[in-house]
Amino acid sequence: MSLSEEEVRKIAHLGGLAIRDENIPRYAQSLSSILDLVNQMEAVDTVEIQPMAHPLDAIQRLRPDEVRETDQRAEFQPLAPQVENGLYLVPKVIE
Amino acid sequence: MEWETVIGLEIHAQLATHSKIFSAASTAYGAEANTQACAIDLGMPGMLPVLNAEAVRMAVKLGLATGSEITRRSVFARKNYFYPDLPKGYQISQFELPIVGPGTLEIELKDGTRKQVGITRAHLEEDAGKSLHEDFHGMSGIDLNRAGTPLIEIVSEPDMRSAAEAIAYMKKIHTLVRYLEICDGNMQEGSFRCDANVSIRPVGAAEFGTRTELKNINSFRFVERAINYEVERQIDVLESGGTVTQETRLYDTDKNETRPMRSKEEANDYRYFPDPDLLPVELDEDYIQAIADTLPELPDPKRERFQQEYDLSAYDAGVLSASRELADFYEATVAAAKGTAKLTANWVMGELAGVLNKQSLDIGASRISPEQLGGLVLRIEDNTISGKIAKEVFEAMWSEQQDADTIIEARGLRQITDTGAIESLIDEVIEAHPKQTEQYRGGAEKLLGFFVGQVMKRSQGKANPGMVNKVLRDKLGGS
Repeated sequence: MSLSEEEVRKIAHLGGLAIRDENIPRYAQSLSSILDLVNQMEAVDTVEIQPMAHPLDAIQRLRPDEVRETDQRAEFQPLAPQVENGLYLVPKVIE
Repeated sequence: MEWETVIGLEIHAQLATHSKIFSAASTAYGAEANTQACAIDLGMPGMLPVLNAEAVRMAVKLGLATGSEITRRSVFARKNYFYPDLPKGYQISQFELPIVGPGTLEIELKDGTRKQVGITRAHLEEDAGKSLHEDFHGMSGIDLNRAGTPLIEIVSEPDMRSAAEAIAYMKKIHTLVRYLEICDGNMQEGSFRCDANVSIRPVGAAEFGTRTELKNINSFRFVERAINYEVERQIDVLESGGTVTQETRLYDTDKNETRPMRSKEEANDYRYFPDPDLLPVELDEDYIQAIADTLPELPDPKRERFQQEYDLSAYDAGVLSASRELADFYEATVAAAKGTAKLTANWVMGELAGVLNKQSLDIGASRISPEQLGGLVLRIEDNTISGKIAKEVFEAMWSEQQDADTIIEARGLRQITDTGAIESLIDEVIEAHPKQTEQYRGGAEKLLGFFVGQVMKRSQGKANPGMVNKVLRDKLGGS
């Protein structure tokens, strides 16, 4: 299995990653070898095996429905590049 | 060519929990921007989601109420995409193992026909924040108060064949979630939203056509309009030799049209995978049974019971069982009116609904209690007052918040059923109208209504109309 340069670019784009052109062949090779491993595993008969959702053999604990958080906006907002009227500002998103 | 419409709906209902699905921040609507967005909701590094027990319980209630399978072991997954109102870069949702599996819902159309609509699944997920596109110096503003609010997304099979069927299904779910008290159903505030998948195909075709997805339509009326517009658009495209593109379209309420929303084709490549921050949710039989035991009487059984127990028409029973609050009010009123069910139904759906509607009030805000309204119905039933006077009493009850008997006594509205009193009123009227009396006796029997009117007027509406009619006929004699 060998990923094309175009596929590597798409994967990077979906992941929000900026990559250098000169590194693309290396990424293509590394990613392809991961896929080769997956292909190898596909040969195993897994009909009777329940897919593993989590490596820990445990189940989710539930939290009671209570409001316990207080307003910490004043602490969070200085971390953002730009805020106004309590809103976080981001480059314009248009639908 | 004859076309058939195919519709599937995805309904997002915000669950009425106090805190968010994975954090302990408040879900209250209308708070100042970002004051209810905690470190987990903001996607800060190192934060771990912890699942809200109530959200799980509510999802199970919905599953049980729709006769759906409850998944004994469900798994949360990450749905990956970048958008500023989604700080983590993924939405925690469910993919392969949703908490609610296949079920069915019966809908009823206006002409009374019934139809089964398949429910594919319902899954738990977190809501995103809100993007405000007003101009902030060429930037967008983000409010993350809504981020992390629990949602249940209910996905239907593509079983609906018209906008009317889609509306009936949507209304049914809307009624159901409010009965179950798992969602307030407030569409203006976005607590209950709908996406519609719409396609068309030639009548008789086995395969579905290419569908478009209409996003976030926030009223029943707009769902109907958006679907109807979209169907016409697809017919135009196909009949002029084009092809429908699979895409997401936004309904513009002002222009009454749909237009493409996202053009990036990779937008739908969500790369779901199990969320390593959350463990599988396992539900056992005892847990599910305990929830089943708390389910209220649901809309359909209640409506049938109203028809049988109170001898109401299907329509009346449907109106009165449309919400739990109204149904409870009605039943309490019937009890207060000692079982006078039909007359009570008329008053609840007539005068009471009228004044509530006029003042934009919910049944819970009624200024007349079920006990008071039942008291009024009793006085009509036992002929203390006529139906006409009862309307006057009702208005006084509403404004003065007193019971019917108090108002009837204070205003002297008790109906005159004393034969002597009615006879003397009639004598007065006959004496005052010799000409009409002569005409009536000469055969103009249609004048009876005139005499009844005069007597009622003299009695200020208090004379018993049946008795007036009878005594008048006797006294006037006629030909």
